[in-house]
Amino acid sequence: MGDGAVAETAREIVERLVALEGPLLPILHAVQDQFGYLPPACVPVIAKGLNLSRAEVQGVISFYPLFRTQPPGRRIVAICRAEACQAVGGAALEAHAQSALGIGFGETSADGEVTLEPVFCLGNCACAPSMTVDGVLHARVDAKRFDELMG
Amino acid sequence: MSVEVFVPAADFTARALGADAVAAAVAAAPGVEVRRTGSRGLYWLEPLVEVATDAGRIGFGPLDSAAARALFANGPPNVDHPDCLGLVDELPWLEKQSRVTMARVGVIEPLSIAQYKANGGFAGLARARALTAPAIVETVTDAGLRGRGGAAFPTGIKWRTVLESEGEPKYIVCNADEGDSGTFADRMIMESDPFSLIEGMLIAGLAVGADRGYIYCRAEYPLAVDTLAEAIRLAKGAGYLDDFHLEVRKGAGAYICGEETSLLESLEGKRGVIRYRPPLPAVKGLFGQPTVVNNVISLASVPAILARGADHYRSFGVGRSRGTLTVQLAGNVRRGGLFEVPFGKPLRWVVEHLGGGTASGLPIKTVQAGGPLGAYIPPQHFDTPLDYESFQAIGGMIGHGGLVVFDETTDMGAMARYAFEFCAEESCGKCTPCRIGAVRGVEVVDRIRRGEAAADNRVLLKDLCHTMIDGSLCGLGGMAPLPVLSVMTHFADEL
Ligand SMILES: Cc1cc2nc3c(=O)[nH]c(=O)nc-3n(C[C@H](O)[C@H](O)[C@H](O)COP(=O)(O)O)c2cc1C
Ligand code: FES
Repeated sequence: MGDGAVAETAREIVERLVALEGPLLPILHAVQDQFGYLPPACVPVIAKGLNLSRAEVQGVISFYPLFRTQPPGRRIVAICRAEACQAVGGAALEAHAQSALGIGFGETSADGEVTLEPVFCLGNCACAPSMTVDGVLHARVDAKRFDELMG
Repeated sequence: MSVEVFVPAADFTARALGADAVAAAVAAAPGVEVRRTGSRGLYWLEPLVEVATDAGRIGFGPLDSAAARALFANGPPNVDHPDCLGLVDELPWLEKQSRVTMARVGVIEPLSIAQYKANGGFAGLARARALTAPAIVETVTDAGLRGRGGAAFPTGIKWRTVLESEGEPKYIVCNADEGDSGTFADRMIMESDPFSLIEGMLIAGLAVGADRGYIYCRAEYPLAVDTLAEAIRLAKGAGYLDDFHLEVRKGAGAYICGEETSLLESLEGKRGVIRYRPPLPAVKGLFGQPTVVNNVISLASVPAILARGADHYRSFGVGRSRGTLTVQLAGNVRRGGLFEVPFGKPLRWVVEHLGGGTASGLPIKTVQAGGPLGAYIPPQHFDTPLDYESFQAIGGMIGHGGLVVFDETTDMGAMARYAFEFCAEESCGKCTPCRIGAVRGVEVVDRIRRGEAAADNRVLLKDLCHTMIDGSLCGLGGMAPLPVLSVMTHFADEL
């Protein structure tokens, strides 16, 4: 998508949400829902619409782990790295996922197929280890189950 | 006439275990009416399917879709079926609980106002409407409710401060950031009984004179966010929100945004950097206005307190820990889930009796209580009662009620390292002890684990821990050293 189209979509979103109290996070979420990430061209539009500097908007984006500044892969895999998952083999799952996908946390495979993200707890701690694929939660995931899910 | 069958398809974890497919399989059977509830919290039995009978609901589980199809092939199974677990309310793990806050969780369909009301919902609000604002505050104070988000501050006292603070508007902010590993009670309320949270926030609004509120829910809980948004829409349609503006807002993956001042910054659309205190949020909170910030469980406990009276609530518990604790058992445990029990039950009873020990069958090495900033409790302390003061006395904390069980294969040095790694990852960066200390902590732990000048580095590590505890601006840097120190104290040969 070209910068012009990004700017146009961002403008529509800003217009729709600007009346909220504290509209910046809802706007960023809405833009990311649209594009899968926050394309650079959305920043000046949001800054202007909210009467902020670009640096302020950029600063907010960079603070929050869930806001992406690069396009993600076609599939997004998030693996829980927190304690309850570690207690039942989470570290082994992390290692397996990285070697099976050939990428580290925060990376996207060269063919653009998968992005691997860390997450700290999914609230599924009674049925750990936990991971999501494109937002769908999976419970009690071991290496075998991981391979099945990644097909 | 069709028989009601309850499937936990409204719960995130139960869905991950296949509840949707089970619901579809059951729905295809003759003579059934499927009700999509949340989960009772007995996660080792999920998906647990409940069939209505004259004697009460009987349970079958865990089921997958094939088993559900077979079980319901000839219509709903009855209590004589060999796989029947019996009456669900009489399952030992439910019977031994005291469900007050979680009474409707897993019982009703989350988005049915009719079922909510038929099970006691909105009775607390009706009672609150008949009281003056100070009388509502007094009821909550008398009940002895303390904040369930972690700090255990008396809710009534916080509300009184907001009531007495000058300013228009005032806000009710619900902290639904639930970032602690091992916790999911907030999630369960939001997914399985969202009206109880809305009712609690409305009562809080009446108590302090606030006419608007926000629920700040972590983005990692998409089902909770959607359920809340729908519940708010329905409550609006039914006239409950005529005088109160309520919205759900999504976080964006920052653990620190569970800290209340960071949460307020985030709601205002800023980086989630914590604020200096004073002023307290109760005096100058969201957009500088007087603000109640309370955890989901704190707020969802309020309707029952109003409906049944302060004395009923405080009849549960011990000492200064009144009411019930929503214990969440997680990690390497045979029966993981949600157990609402009166304060004062021994840790051992919960972990061994309710939880059944480890899932691996190996001995328990430790339990981490209170999330990533909580101490690792060694077995010699397992007889400690689960109440705020007893846990404090052993250097631990109850926090949000999460208990994560680890078996004897656990590398405690690695867990200590992780505590610092997590703190470094999640620090908001405002204060030096937390921002730099956590990074140095990882390095020093690594040196000790490699055997480099281990004795000297242990002294250094303790010193670093105390610098962070004394010098950090908030609980992240101030408590992240606690798990580390607990490892150094109780598992000294591992760090
Ligand atoms: C680092 C840090 C993280 C926190 N995370 C949460 C959280 O996820 N949920 C929560 O309710 N409270 C959390 N708290 C506690 C809040 O700061 C605050 O005490 C709480 O929201 C007050 O509500 P309560 O009195 O009802 O517990 C956190 C505190 C700290 C220091
Ligand atoms: S710790 Fe992994 S889901 Fe909670």
